[in-house]
Amino acid sequence: MGQTIAEKIIADHAGLETVMPGQIINVPVDMAMANELSAALSIKELNEWGVDKLFDPRKVCLIPDHFTPNKDLNAAAIARVVRDFANRHSIKWYFEVGRGGIEHAVLPLEGVILPGQIVVGGDSHTCTAGAINCLATGMGSTDIACAWATGEVWLKVPQSARLTYTGSLRPHVYGKDLILYTLKDLTTSGATYMSIEYHGDVFDRLPLADRFTMANMAIEAGAKTGIFMFDEKTRELVESTPRFSADKPSYQTYVPDDDATYAVEKTYDVTNVGPHVACPFSPDNVKPVSEIKDVKIDQAVIGGCTNGWLEDLIRAAEVLRGRKVHPNVRVMIFPGSQRIARQAFDLGLPQIFIDAGCVFSTSTCGPCIGGHMGVLGEDEVCVSTTNRNFKGRMGHMTSRVYLANPAVAAASAIMGRIGSPEEL
Amino acid sequence: MILKGKVYRVGDDINTDVIMPGRWCHLTDEAELAKHCMEDYDQEFLKKIKPGDIIVADRNFGCGSSREVAPLSIKAAGIGAVVARSFARIFYRNCINIGLPIFESGECAAVTETGDELEIDMFGGKITNLTRGKQLTFTPFPEFMQTIIKQGGLKAWVLEKLGKGQVGQNP
Repeated sequence: MGQTIAEKIIADHAGLETVMPGQIINVPVDMAMANELSAALSIKELNEWGVDKLFDPRKVCLIPDHFTPNKDLNAAAIARVVRDFANRHSIKWYFEVGRGGIEHAVLPLEGVILPGQIVVGGDSHTCTAGAINCLATGMGSTDIACAWATGEVWLKVPQSARLTYTGSLRPHVYGKDLILYTLKDLTTSGATYMSIEYHGDVFDRLPLADRFTMANMAIEAGAKTGIFMFDEKTRELVESTPRFSADKPSYQTYVPDDDATYAVEKTYDVTNVGPHVACPFSPDNVKPVSEIKDVKIDQAVIGGCTNGWLEDLIRAAEVLRGRKVHPNVRVMIFPGSQRIARQAFDLGLPQIFIDAGCVFSTSTCGPCIGGHMGVLGEDEVCVSTTNRNFKGRMGHMTSRVYLANPAVAAASAIMGRIGSPEEL
Repeated sequence: MILKGKVYRVGDDINTDVIMPGRWCHLTDEAELAKHCMEDYDQEFLKKIKPGDIIVADRNFGCGSSREVAPLSIKAAGIGAVVARSFARIFYRNCINIGLPIFESGECAAVTETGDELEIDMFGGKITNLTRGKQLTFTPFPEFMQTIIKQGGLKAWVLEKLGKGQVGQNP
């Protein structure tokens, strides 16, 4: 019986020949990650269960990123709980502020995870990691605590969706536009419970960053995970981390069988697809940027886990180079991690951002979740490269967030209204 | 086990940001969480419900963030169960893990309005809309999930695993 990638990864981990969608299986997890907010709840859970010994501390990863660097006293208290836990259990994969970044960038770039693994995280965007051909899925704190205590989670085998992208790419069209275009088609519940597999030759012409962006937003279609194929681009990233150089870990890669069964199969010819924007208040309320007229903005957020990769910063910098942001607009730039920030400095990107009038921030989820570093006030409008624009997500209930790619966000910041780089 | 309560009706795509806004995500205490349940959806929510009431929703209830404080606050506020046409997947499993009863029933959503009285036979597979005299069904749970639900959440399963020292066993 032909198996999809998700089915194969689950079957292999469970020691089974094959599995079927709908089956409930216990699987050992290779890595269970949490940020400071989800970890705090998981730690509370472990205490309530009377569990003081972790199954395998090497398979626990803690990355404070939401309300850090500590945004207030509550955040400081939570960060302390997590830090103490990390120290008590000698957790190797604890990324203190200044040594890590946003969790979904840190996991692959620091070699915490590998292709073929089952990765669970206390954050819905854990699916980002599927870009490197692993099964990565977001869960709640109780599941993460269970993984920390027992080394396992229960999983319902998902159906799989096969999405294929073909055709040529227009200027300023990137992974963000492809996934927004997909969300317009699928809607926020179009892939509920499914494992999305992304296929197509388009990805030969895009850097790995765009796979992370698309895998990141699989959850916005309701999916359990989003998985890309493994190729030389993946190998280059995976085998270039300091962790890989040190440990030389073996890993497995997966392709679906030719006769695998998919619940959904779609092909998108992207040749005529231009940059797209998700309008308030849903990631699937998507329109071509050309259809958005006269939407003045107060703020632009560039970066985050969706589009905080080096290539995203380069794309934004190319638009901002030699230009100034509009007098009415504040711009905050969030590289995905310290490593990415360092690479950005090597390329002179922060200079470009600062000269243009942008804030070049440290890595934090910050405004994405309405936390800090750019909370929106009453009636304010923001164009953001993040992944959600529900009502009140970034601040006041009357504020409005439009989701876009970094080049569109940068162009909009310059014009003071939502628009495309082509208009500059 | 029978659950009975008055209905608070909501629509499609109720996301976890409105159920438990980001500004409260540092909270871990249930009593504190209860105070802010559904705050950004309906400021009067807590005044409108009483313990045992049942939320009935349309599609994709609980979509968005995986924040477990969302279902925790619903449970802590005293809601007895959530019935929806469909649930977002992380929210769904969070509810099972924390022992908040949830039921997938398009039939129920189709006929039920705010204020109706519902009676849910959790393990008999039946929902009765007492106000409208309708007998409805819900999607049955796989056996494993029924066990977790009966045990009020994941704790018993975890402790059993640790006590027996068996890992890699499939249910």
